[in-house]
Amino acid sequence: MLELTQIRKAFNQGKHNEYWALAGIDLAIPEKQVTALRGPSGSGKTTLLTILGCLARPTEGRVRLKGEDISGLPERFLTEIRRQTFGFIFQQFNLIRGLSAIENVVLPAYPTGRPRKELLEKAEALLADVNLGHRREAKVEWLSGGEQQRVAICRALINDPEVLIADEPTANLDTRLAGEFLGILEGLADKGRTIILTSHDPMVVESEIVNFIVTLRDGKIVEQ
Amino acid sequence: MKIWIEKQKHLIDFTLASLARRKGKNLGLLFIYGLLVFVLASVALYTHALRTEAQKVLAGTPEIVLQRLVAGRHDLIPPGYIEKIGRIRGVQKKEGRLWGYYYDSVVKANYTFMAPRNMQVARGEIIVGPALERSRGLAAGNGISFRSYSGELHTFIVADVLPQTSELVSADLVLMHEEDFRAFFKYPEGHVTDVALSVANPQEIKNVALKLMDALPDSRPILRDEVLRTYASVFDWREGIMLALLSAAILAFGIFAWEKAAGLSAEEKREIGILKAIGWETGDVIKMKFWEGLLISLLAFLLGYIAAYLHVFHFGSILFEPVLKGWAVLYPSFTLTPHIDGLQVATLFFFTVFPYTAAVLVPIWRAATTDPDTVMRG
Repeated sequence: MLELTQIRKAFNQGKHNEYWALAGIDLAIPEKQVTALRGPSGSGKTTLLTILGCLARPTEGRVRLKGEDISGLPERFLTEIRRQTFGFIFQQFNLIRGLSAIENVVLPAYPTGRPRKELLEKAEALLADVNLGHRREAKVEWLSGGEQQRVAICRALINDPEVLIADEPTANLDTRLAGEFLGILEGLADKGRTIILTSHDPMVVESEIVNFIVTLRDGKIVEQ
Repeated sequence: MKIWIEKQKHLIDFTLASLARRKGKNLGLLFIYGLLVFVLASVALYTHALRTEAQKVLAGTPEIVLQRLVAGRHDLIPPGYIEKIGRIRGVQKKEGRLWGYYYDSVVKANYTFMAPRNMQVARGEIIVGPALERSRGLAAGNGISFRSYSGELHTFIVADVLPQTSELVSADLVLMHEEDFRAFFKYPEGHVTDVALSVANPQEIKNVALKLMDALPDSRPILRDEVLRTYASVFDWREGIMLALLSAAILAFGIFAWEKAAGLSAEEKREIGILKAIGWETGDVIKMKFWEGLLISLLAFLLGYIAAYLHVFHFGSILFEPVLKGWAVLYPSFTLTPHIDGLQVATLFFFTVFPYTAAVLVPIWRAATTDPDTVMRG
């Protein structure tokens, strides 16, 4: 599905504070499987996730999506790939405050130009799937942490992406809510989605739904 | 095409929702912005309507007025002077006019007294302008006394009040019989104040004026076009004063708008990052913010302009009237003919809507071109 070859990523390149977050990563993400990236803080998990999800370009190396090299594509094309192929669940959920749950869910679909009615129907179905149908009109800041995360999951799924990317998804959840999240994730994995996540949480990394674990340290893969 | 339209609809939907989210801030901006447009549009509409009105009224006045000068000052025209003009080709009619100023200490205002040639006023009667009707409470049939400069009291009966239509120049007018005029001012028999000349061909007016100066070196011909130009410059001057007074307010708005438009809040920057991360293109974000700026500035322009229109043409410009109107003490009170000048609207639109919309776009472009991965690290 996704192949990385000799990926290196530098921040502040050429400046006195130059920092290499990734130092030569070779990785293949299998299709329709759950892959977890783990490692201590600063090991490069999130940077790797941004490159896998086309949120950032590598400084060196190649990224292939279904065999096609996408590492050199201009931003516009990369955005389109990101919109069509990936759905994101962020650690801080990153919902837009002041908008209702359903309005947040449909946001990634606006640039596609799909009719509003169709979008709202799809968003309603997604919210109902995660038992949030009754909270569809509630402003997101009124929702609990668990509810906000479920809205974020629905938002990630509105464009029906093949790959779901989650960054530290249980970092802001208690054990019960983390369990609920894993339950939702399992359902999505069963439906054949490719899932890539980063986590410190043993509850996530050691759960049965994770098929592959990639361990990072100092920008390199130390175990796979 | 359908997808493009649908996309624009989504962007506008989101823009409206965004505006509603920051209701207080945006309503405040709309109010101040609208107020600025209102003030500028009021000044522009008012002075333009005044100029148009003055032109309309002066269209009926003589093409040339001839004054006699003594030591560079306007003096009375003695008997036989008009005859000296002789026959000048192009002049259809020449007639002496009798008029003068009178200060009414009761209402502390100046009136223009005149003995008209083209209408009959019976002896002992006067016809007054609408301003006198108001300030002195006069109506047809009332009597009024004026103390002349020689100290005598003269009593007149008001025969009629002049119509409102020409009020801009006739507000303070008092028309009377020639004999009454001469008696009131002790005006020497046979003398007149100036001479009005009618010239049919507009191309000839300047030539006639030159011939008049040749024939009567102590005279000063005043052309109607010059009067129009003087009025125009008086209005321009007043408009300038008004705008100078307003410049501080305009500057304050400029700073406020720039601050609002150019300084993106951390919340707005975060939102742009989220939108980019979830699949919005840089162009979509810019378009959305463009719609936001355009909607605010367009709405402010419309509201401000409509309010200014109502203010000028339905409420008599109550806010700026004392500054913008009146060269006599008696302010004419009249309703201006509604008139909108396309170029003026376009200029105002350009100077209010365009800078704001542009100011919104620059920082958005900067924020929208940052890498979307920053949102992962927020």
